[in-house]
Amino acid sequence: TSVPPQVVPGADSSARQLCFAWGPAEVLVCETLFGRAGGSRSRCLAGAAARALTDSVAGTEDGVPSSSCVFVVRRDQDIYIQTLRKLFNESHAIFMGLQRSEEELAGKSRKAQLVQVSKNYRSVIRACMEDMHQAAVSTRDPALQGQYSTQVSILSAMELIWNLCEILFVEAATAGPLLLRLLDWVRLHVCDVDSMVREVLSSESPSKHKLFWNVVDVFVLQGRMDEARHLLSKEASANPTSMNMYKILDDLMKKMPVPSLSNTQTLTELELKWQHWHEECQRYLQDGTFASSPHMESICKILLGDENAILEKKELMTTWYHFLVTRLLYSHPTVKPMELRFYAQSSMDLFLGGESSPEPLDMILMAAFEFEMHQVIKECSIVLSNWWFVAHLTDLLDHCKLLQSHNLYFGSNMREFLLLEYASGLFSHHSLWQLGVDYFDHCPEYGRVYLELHIERIPLSTEQKALKVLRICEQRQMHEQVRSICKIMAMKALRNNRLGSALSWSIRAKDAAFATLISDRFLKDYCERGCFSDLDLIDNLGPSMLLSDRLTFLGKYREFHRLYGEKRFPEAARLLLTLMTAHIAPCSFWMTLLTDALPLLEQKEVIFSAEQTYELMRCLEDLTAGNPDKQKFQDDDVETTKVEMLRLALARNLARVIVKEGTVEGS
Amino acid sequence: AMEDVSAKFVSQKISRTRWRPLPAAALQPPDIFATGSWDNEDNRISIWSASDLGNAGLNGEYHGEPHLLCDIQHNGDVMDMQFLDQERIVVASSTGTVTIFRHHQNNQTLSANHRWEKAHYHVDQDTSCGGAACTGVVCNNPEIVTVGEDGRINLFRADQKDAVRTIDNADSSTLHAVTFLRTTEILTVNSIGQLKIWDLRQQRNEPSQIFSLAGDRVPLHCVDRHPNQQHIVATGGQDGMLSIWDIRQGTMPVSLLNAHEAEMWEVHFHPSDPDHLFTCSEDGSLWHWDTSTNVSEKPSFLHQGGRSTAYLSHSTINQSVVSAWLSNDPTKDRMEITNLIPNQTLSVNSLDVLGPCLVYGTDAEAIYVNRQLFA
Repeated sequence: TSVPPQVVPGADSSARQLCFAWGPAEVLVCETLFGRAGGSRSRCLAGAAARALTDSVAGTEDGVPSSSCVFVVRRDQDIYIQTLRKLFNESHAIFMGLQRSEEELAGKSRKAQLVQVSKNYRSVIRACMEDMHQAAVSTRDPALQGQYSTQVSILSAMELIWNLCEILFVEAATAGPLLLRLLDWVRLHVCDVDSMVREVLSSESPSKHKLFWNVVDVFVLQGRMDEARHLLSKEASANPTSMNMYKILDDLMKKMPVPSLSNTQTLTELELKWQHWHEECQRYLQDGTFASSPHMESICKILLGDENAILEKKELMTTWYHFLVTRLLYSHPTVKPMELRFYAQSSMDLFLGGESSPEPLDMILMAAFEFEMHQVIKECSIVLSNWWFVAHLTDLLDHCKLLQSHNLYFGSNMREFLLLEYASGLFSHHSLWQLGVDYFDHCPEYGRVYLELHIERIPLSTEQKALKVLRICEQRQMHEQVRSICKIMAMKALRNNRLGSALSWSIRAKDAAFATLISDRFLKDYCERGCFSDLDLIDNLGPSMLLSDRLTFLGKYREFHRLYGEKRFPEAARLLLTLMTAHIAPCSFWMTLLTDALPLLEQKEVIFSAEQTYELMRCLEDLTAGNPDKQKFQDDDVETTKVEMLRLALARNLARVIVKEGTVEGS
Repeated sequence: AMEDVSAKFVSQKISRTRWRPLPAAALQPPDIFATGSWDNEDNRISIWSASDLGNAGLNGEYHGEPHLLCDIQHNGDVMDMQFLDQERIVVASSTGTVTIFRHHQNNQTLSANHRWEKAHYHVDQDTSCGGAACTGVVCNNPEIVTVGEDGRINLFRADQKDAVRTIDNADSSTLHAVTFLRTTEILTVNSIGQLKIWDLRQQRNEPSQIFSLAGDRVPLHCVDRHPNQQHIVATGGQDGMLSIWDIRQGTMPVSLLNAHEAEMWEVHFHPSDPDHLFTCSEDGSLWHWDTSTNVSEKPSFLHQGGRSTAYLSHSTINQSVVSAWLSNDPTKDRMEITNLIPNQTLSVNSLDVLGPCLVYGTDAEAIYVNRQLFA
């Protein structure tokens, strides 16, 4: 099958060449500066997976004449339909349930479980269809109404295909039950005649209604024998003259052998009974029992599986697959799965009769009847405007262990490929990105890489949202992304002058470099203002203080101030000295620390011991001598004065302490 | 039981759910609730009726899913939401704006009644951007207190244009939630694991008391106060831990209880039956914490909750209830906990309990109503 080209509305490919770039879920297309060149090259966007539809014009590109636009071409447009969000969210829960489900369950119970999952998916589709239908009915905007109606028919087609796949692949119904399932399928989906049936049944006297026989035929064609007999009995009581004829037909219909779901009869038994019944019908038809009533004669012919008689009721069946199932019911009730393809093909040919060509939906159903699962998925990928359907169906079939032989020649297997596409679509959506995470989790080969690439592109509008994204990354040990998110948030906080917040983000990321940067800001603020901001944070750093040397210094320096404030001078002095001698304080801060020592040196009580005073002196000399900016100290009057004052204070303190220590030792 | 829960998928991620308060003498269970959405291109405040009266069954029991009464567009994510009275809802936005919406019950419409633009902001209130998310709001009609990512606390009155009081830089980290302790005192929790008490009568711009988690300073996201015994406070943290604090003593929590595996977004004591507590989390679970299991030890009046306790001596209360929440070793036979949502995968962002009814909303874009909590 070749992929039909997609035209990007608004992009004038006749005037200019188009260029494009692939994105994770979108394609950017723009017009180039090149005029028409290269003759007959296709200017339409056509690629293996580009089921693209233009969504919006994003804006103009720099350096290109203003008429040029960049088009954002989305590959999964259904993601943006509001009503379908219910489908995405509910099916997400079913998908997760399926991934969790017990693979160990063997045989029948496993199959029952998978069939239940399939039914759950279908009921979500149906619920969505009802909502969409309601929306279509209640809106007054004709354009919107058209849109909704289109969606209803797409959803209904999806459910039709899914149901058939459920019967043929998931449940893998065998000869006998297979026909019953197909009958249910037809009854559920051929709804065009429902209104006619309702009209006739609700009329005062159904047998007088002009569509009476049509309704009887509908029931017979769908194998709804009890309903057909019930209607016929009404007609019979109105026509005593043909009572006998009715009785015979009623008897034939009652006696018709049907496959049973239980194992009480074997297929051979059924075939024997059926043969016998078939011959009985044949007898009545040939001896002209129904000759006086063309309606009843035609019903008898249908019972005999007469193709022409059935085909005459084309309008009442509306589709070739209804015709197929009716034909099977009356000619081959014990059809085996592998024989379906022959009947399907000929039914389609007979029904369409060369008047019209099959549509995509017909081709998909045909592929299913042919058990070409691969083809079903491929056709659906091309035709449907979403990845939801193929991704979930393929995943289910994969859990049924039906797709193992189908490995793609690129990337991983088909299941993963489709799930990745679907999840990428979710991630391109403003709100649905959270759902995408779990899908990526269940793609063993590339899921992780995709998640890493996508998660970094989620805009972090609030801290709450950032926390949610962060939680996703932390749960999956995505350290790189954790760091990056925290850094972004820390930077934002820093720009907003929220040093406290910035610090707690870098503590969360264990980002030592950034913690250092913020600590420096705190210290700079302190130097400028002479007091600390955000004391509530700095006083409560706890063990996180050890994250970076500078943060440790900040915490300890603040502790010094607290001790000083509480007049615990000896402890404060000891801590201050340790900050320098243990090289916890950065060199650039030593001058400040030494200045902080000044008031301690000037106290009435001697606080620094002789040994401590020597150490302070060494610190000061190290600073003035070893500093490459020595020049700076000499030039700067204030600094020079400060150094002089310190030297003086230190000398005096030394003098006092020698006297004091000498006195103490001497006494 | 799960079959009493009705669900509705609403095509928007729900950040807040709140029951409308019942009139003083109401006998019926609550019916009307409000929801707010987040992370949508178009966020909304919606009013719902939990009981689909049109579909009431033959026996008068309620059927079907909640149905929408009216909704209105909201600028930014709904960060928090609180009913001021029967008609007015105060909504905190990620844009920093605080809005009062009025629900007109006669014609089922919503309208913006009053708005404080950028009540929370970074750097400069007047610039075009620079709003800071308002993370929490609490009402005690007519007073409204809001907190935000900017570490600011605002006190508004519903009838006044300007803030009555603003404490700039009240907290150097993000304030995540706020609740009233008493009429003039509030409790806040922040992103470095602190619980603070602020006395709004005092002009000092500092908390009157600071409580703090030991060790790793895990951020606290939610706070609620015991409705009858104001010294008992519950908070929920980033690690999912439920902390119970006795603010009369110590600076650390009395007990730490672990059930959630990720951020606890909301914690609520049952307003009239505070032996029960409900919490919800990013991990998709909603836990019911029940300390009433040891019925034999308790006087039965406690189940009626409310005022009757006031007439009883304090010693009786202390022996029974205090041991329930403030017991240092809440062994399993004293507290029964149940996850009300098995198999949920996406975050439960909000819950509210009133009477026998629970309402909660999720990131899976669904709202759930349980009308028989204690059945």
